[in-house]
Amino acid sequence: MNVIEMNHVTKVFGKHQALDGLDLAVKSGEVFGFIGPNGAGKSTAIRVLLGMLRTTNGTATIFGKDVWRDAVDIHRRVAYVPGDVNLWPQLTGGEVIDLFASLQGKINEQKREQLLMRFQLDPTKKCRTYSKGNRQKVALVAAFASDAELFLLDEPTSGLDPLMEKVFQQCVEEVKAEGKTVLLSSHILSEVEKLCDRVGIIRQGRLIECGTLNELRHLTRMQLTVATRNPIESLVSWQGVHDVVPTESGWTFHADADEMEAIMQKLSAHGIRKIESASPTLEDLFMRHYEETTESREV
Amino acid sequence: MKGVPFSGVLRLSRFIIRQDRMRYLWWLVGIIGMTLIVPPAFNELYPTEQDRNIMAETMKNPAMEAMVGPGDLANYTLGAMVSHQMLLMTAIAVAIMNCLLMVRHTRAEEEDGQAELLRSLPIARHSQLLASMFTLFGVNSLLASLIGIGLYSLSFESMGLSGSLIYGASLGAIGLFFAGVTAVCAQLSESSRGAVGLSFTIMISCYVIRSVTEWIPPFGWLTQVQPYSDNNWVPVVGLIGTSILWFVLAVVLQGKRDIGSGFLPSRSGRAHASILLRHPIGLAWRLQRTAFISWSIGMFVLGLSYGSVLGDLDSFFQENDLLASMIVADENSSLTAQFLPTLMAVLAFISTIPALLSIHKVVGEERKSRVEHLLGRAVSRKKLLVSYLVLALFTGFLMLSFSALGLWLAGTTSMEDPFTFPMVWQASIVHFPALVMMIAISICLIGVAQKATGFVWLYLFYGFLTLYLGGLFQFPNWMEKLSPFGFVSKLPIEDMNWLSAGGLLAVAVILLIFGMNRYNNRDIEG
Repeated sequence: MNVIEMNHVTKVFGKHQALDGLDLAVKSGEVFGFIGPNGAGKSTAIRVLLGMLRTTNGTATIFGKDVWRDAVDIHRRVAYVPGDVNLWPQLTGGEVIDLFASLQGKINEQKREQLLMRFQLDPTKKCRTYSKGNRQKVALVAAFASDAELFLLDEPTSGLDPLMEKVFQQCVEEVKAEGKTVLLSSHILSEVEKLCDRVGIIRQGRLIECGTLNELRHLTRMQLTVATRNPIESLVSWQGVHDVVPTESGWTFHADADEMEAIMQKLSAHGIRKIESASPTLEDLFMRHYEETTESREV
Repeated sequence: MKGVPFSGVLRLSRFIIRQDRMRYLWWLVGIIGMTLIVPPAFNELYPTEQDRNIMAETMKNPAMEAMVGPGDLANYTLGAMVSHQMLLMTAIAVAIMNCLLMVRHTRAEEEDGQAELLRSLPIARHSQLLASMFTLFGVNSLLASLIGIGLYSLSFESMGLSGSLIYGASLGAIGLFFAGVTAVCAQLSESSRGAVGLSFTIMISCYVIRSVTEWIPPFGWLTQVQPYSDNNWVPVVGLIGTSILWFVLAVVLQGKRDIGSGFLPSRSGRAHASILLRHPIGLAWRLQRTAFISWSIGMFVLGLSYGSVLGDLDSFFQENDLLASMIVADENSSLTAQFLPTLMAVLAFISTIPALLSIHKVVGEERKSRVEHLLGRAVSRKKLLVSYLVLALFTGFLMLSFSALGLWLAGTTSMEDPFTFPMVWQASIVHFPALVMMIAISICLIGVAQKATGFVWLYLFYGFLTLYLGGLFQFPNWMEKLSPFGFVSKLPIEDMNWLSAGGLLAVAVILLIFGMNRYNNRDIEG
């Protein structure tokens, strides 16, 4: 069952097309990674899902309900953490957490205390004295202390230190273990790689790639480092070979997944002495998609 | 950039002007326009010396003196009349402009984090403050010259060049004075709201104190300038000198503090929210509590100061038979009661300000991306907006009541034949429907054009002008009726007009429903 469904959603601000036919489906119980650079439309998509922005076209539902019309109903079961957490300078962190919890339902005292401890947050400090990371912790504590079934997290760790990022990752794993759904928008790709079951890459308001990491890897290139007995002169011109760089004893290059068989045959004809392969990281995937755009734009 | 304590000032000044040029333009157009409209209007209404002398007689009473200050009533030329009746009121508008602009350039930038970004560049610690000062110095100078030249170019006989220039200069000087006061307030308070509140409190206290004792700066000095009669430059120079002292104090204070902090202490707070703070209206109240309390005290004190004047007025009428015979209009009410509606109208206009500030808070919260915390949880937009609406109505109602209470209390102790509290309260609360109407207009703006919510201030000011001037000088009736305050019955000298009050409320309800509907259907920014 899909918890989130966006069908061909467009959103236009004046002349700027922020979302351009975005299709997105997040299944119940999965952690979905939503990646893309600044300005690609991640936050707009999340704000549409929260019923803050009205779609220009297309439909968006959460739990099968319309995100605009049934916003309040949906929000009872949703926890949202923005990337830029602006709080009221005159309230304390503890007051804000309680306020948030009571606006949503009831407060789970035990969870709250436990999370405050794990995130090492002093709830008696006024929000004006909090750093960006601490303000983010306030929102994270409020979110994870709730009984929400869906977590909409919009770059939630951009201000956290590595230790706190770890705590955050544990929290996500815990809610996932409870069968809850998470939409994690991020550009910290290692975090997405570690946590997410499926990944969607957004560019210029469209979802250009979506699937599990394994599926995405198939679509992309493998990094190979080879040393051969006979030198390979024509490697650069081989079908499916990219980014050729000479090394001390051979070459490093990227190979298209669907040309792999042919490349291996040609390589073995030169007598392979050593071969190393690295499966692409999410970063490689991501960079490839964006490099392609810059390349095609230059053409 | 070592050794260059004020580097980047010019660049920053240019940057500020670029950012805010439209804002300056609107303020200047508003204030200059309001200044230049008046002399021709007066000339039309009081063409002869005789007309003006009658006006001068009616102005010879403590209530008017408390409101507009002393004037050259013995030689009440057109120029003397303009400066007597307009200078102090215009000065307050100029002071408000300077408070708001100064906070905007200093504490607000710091609060929003832009100051930090700028200060990380090779510019000196005081550069931003100095750039704000320079810019406002420029704005006030421009205002002073344009008003001076503008008044002179109207070419009325009694409004010569030196009088016009000093009229403009005194307004510019009062502007600088409050720019300086606000620069200091911006160092003391940790938030921009606090800084605005503090500087407004100082301004209102100064106005109130002036009505009790002359020669107290800044407004006491201002009323000693007497353009078009004495043309006294000494107070103008004094005001400019004092404002330099304020600026120096602000720079010294800024040198002693960290960025983002203030001198007024902020305490550590509670780990848990109280029961009250678990509902949107509780949050809205909490965010406005300090402002509410300060405004309540302010309104009460203002009421007291007006009320104390009533006693003087009372004895004044008993001594002055000539005047008494001149302005008897209504046999059913005492002479002093004749002045009650005017006093109450002024208090009602001021009471509308905190009510409007209260409802505007909801857009302020949106701009700071804080409403999304509520709307992202199980809070509907309707619930959010209604919370703020209820609070604004409550604020308006209580402000009217507090000012009436103050006025009645002081009147009771100083008058021989005091008003009853219900009478004073009714004369005040009769403005409530008009106040509701202003809130409804704000809600409409919030729903339709949240970027243009500031226009309601212009509208409020228009209402004040037409009523304040119109009441004195018989403007065409329709000009008053363009503002909801033009429909308010002048209790106790008029009968209560339930129809117009009901009409105002009915239109307000329609506007409220419309505004809320639009708010429900628009994008939330932030």
